[in-house]
Amino acid sequence: MIRLEKRPQPSKFWGALTPVLAVIATMIAGGILFWMLGKDPLEAIRTIFWDPLFHETFGPYSRPQLMVKAGPLILIAIGLSLGFRAGIWNIGAEGQYIMGAVCGAAVGLAFYPSESMLIFPAMVLAGAIGGWAWAMIPGVLKVKFGTNEILVSLMLVYVAENILASVSQGLLKNPDGMGFPGSRNFRDFPAAHNTDLIAGTGMHWGVAAAFIAVILAYILLTRHMLGFQVRLTGEAPRAAKFAGVNPTRLILFCLGTSGALAGLAGLFEVSGPSGQVSIDFNAGYGFTAIIVAFLGRLHPIGILLAGLLMALTYIGGELAQLMLGLPGAAIQMFQGMLMFFLLAMDMLSHYRVRWKTPVAAQEGAK
Amino acid sequence: MDLGQINPLLLLASLMVAATPILLAAIGEAVVEKSGVLNLGVEGMMITGAVVGFAIGVTTGAPSIGFVAAAVAGAALSMLFGVLVLYLKSNQVATGLGLTLFGLGLSALIGKPYEGIKAPTMAKWEIPLLSDIPVLGPIMFRHDPMVYVSLIIVALTWYVLTRTRAGLILRGVGENHNAAHALGYKVIRVRLMAIAFGGACAGMGGAYISLVRVPQWVEGMTAGAGWIALAIVVFASWRPWRVLLGAYLFGGISVLQLNLQAAGVPIPVEILAMSPYLITILVLVVISLRGNHGAPGSLGREFHATH
Repeated sequence: MIRLEKRPQPSKFWGALTPVLAVIATMIAGGILFWMLGKDPLEAIRTIFWDPLFHETFGPYSRPQLMVKAGPLILIAIGLSLGFRAGIWNIGAEGQYIMGAVCGAAVGLAFYPSESMLIFPAMVLAGAIGGWAWAMIPGVLKVKFGTNEILVSLMLVYVAENILASVSQGLLKNPDGMGFPGSRNFRDFPAAHNTDLIAGTGMHWGVAAAFIAVILAYILLTRHMLGFQVRLTGEAPRAAKFAGVNPTRLILFCLGTSGALAGLAGLFEVSGPSGQVSIDFNAGYGFTAIIVAFLGRLHPIGILLAGLLMALTYIGGELAQLMLGLPGAAIQMFQGMLMFFLLAMDMLSHYRVRWKTPVAAQEGAK
Repeated sequence: MDLGQINPLLLLASLMVAATPILLAAIGEAVVEKSGVLNLGVEGMMITGAVVGFAIGVTTGAPSIGFVAAAVAGAALSMLFGVLVLYLKSNQVATGLGLTLFGLGLSALIGKPYEGIKAPTMAKWEIPLLSDIPVLGPIMFRHDPMVYVSLIIVALTWYVLTRTRAGLILRGVGENHNAAHALGYKVIRVRLMAIAFGGACAGMGGAYISLVRVPQWVEGMTAGAGWIALAIVVFASWRPWRVLLGAYLFGGISVLQLNLQAAGVPIPVEILAMSPYLITILVLVVISLRGNHGAPGSLGREFHATH
């Protein structure tokens, strides 16, 4: 019989190893899935994980894409991880992402066709505020009334999607767009366009922001009192109470930060890779970032690596769709599987697995 | 705008249809939460139920078989959650979220070949005598069988939870799992059964959307119904009859909203479309003002038997 024994402290060794094991297990299970879909499993795995980086023809195109996709994922996941650590569950990042994009784009479009240097910084600020404000709704409701932040933040995703649909067909619609829905394209508006910092690398401002967020989050969690309080609240809520952690402040800080970062990600996306506010510019990054946060074990460096890996599955998935005719949804499922394997293997870091010896034998041994 | 074209009788009749998916999912989740487990994967199980129910319903031409298949699929998916949470002690919130993400992907994958097909229609039951009552008859007694099945499930759930020994054990496990374990009840087994029931209900709720309400398969068609079901459980203070009340109130709002859109009320479509979600938030706030009365004591806590 197998018996689980709770470890006094989560094992660091297993904590680092489980994400790797989960990725391997997902590749195996994914291979079986692809085989069931009638594809060669090895070829599918290679197309998803190897070809985007090293293939002669596709590599040069897809390597920059890795940054473009990883940027928003990392930026959002860093914010979410702070809350997740403290047991504050913001799962509406998708909504905050949309609202950040809408607010930021609105500020930029209001000044069209100005060429001022200040436009882009103003858009960035508006994007962060938009996401922050949207996350403050569940935050304030939780603090004031004790309302469940999980459900409120999620409901607000659907509200944000309706707002997006409304503005892209109304308020922000391109006046020269011959009636098509969607805003002006930021590519035709240089002062507000989020271009590659180094041409052809995919390194736009959003990617830079993601790297900065990783560093700041690392400093916050290891060197700052607030970061200590976040960790303490998650690991020992009772001790946190005695230590005088102010829960109201912590809830508002975690939700606000994650909202602002998600809003930033939305703004960088809409003014850069996506180019315009349209009904479906959001690609579900807000939800995938939840997986990224867990895959990175809620640790900034881990999230950086996890974001790159998850970006790879997006690009590899598109490539597999093109090359092998693998359905796009298979990748979505693949990402979901990864989350499951990760959670399942998490047990190894919290528990010791022991073979249970019958009680009589134990007594005899004494 | 022509509000006169909204027929109150039809409105009330379609209310029951609109409410049934959420009612099924919410009553299942209420039982799960009563046993002390928080399963946030309702949306994922619903959408999987929707696609499996639709696929089987279309293939066999019999919606009833589709519903059975949806229940099985929902329960099977919920077992994945059950094993992770109960045996591998994973975090319930994270695992539930994972289940939803996984279910959305899985359903999109299964559903691809079924896009654009129409579901076989489910015959309505006109309950003899009762359906001839003026006003009440057309509203309440001329629906498809699943509407009545959902009501029977609510009644049975109420009966089992409050009037039987099995229900007492389930509530005991949910209130205090350590005490229940000390008394010799199988905490994990009870919870596993509750989770399976919740999954089956969510699956049927999803299938009701794809087979009756829409009736078509569209990717992501549950559109948050599973999350609304979770909110209704809180609204209902974990009581079966209040779940019914909550689901029907919500069904009323969504039907009214659709009718107002059709009648051309001078309110933007987007505002009407987002109203169910806004009202859900409002309801959650009002409920939380009252405090968290009725939440099972061990809800969401990890259970680890040390002896």
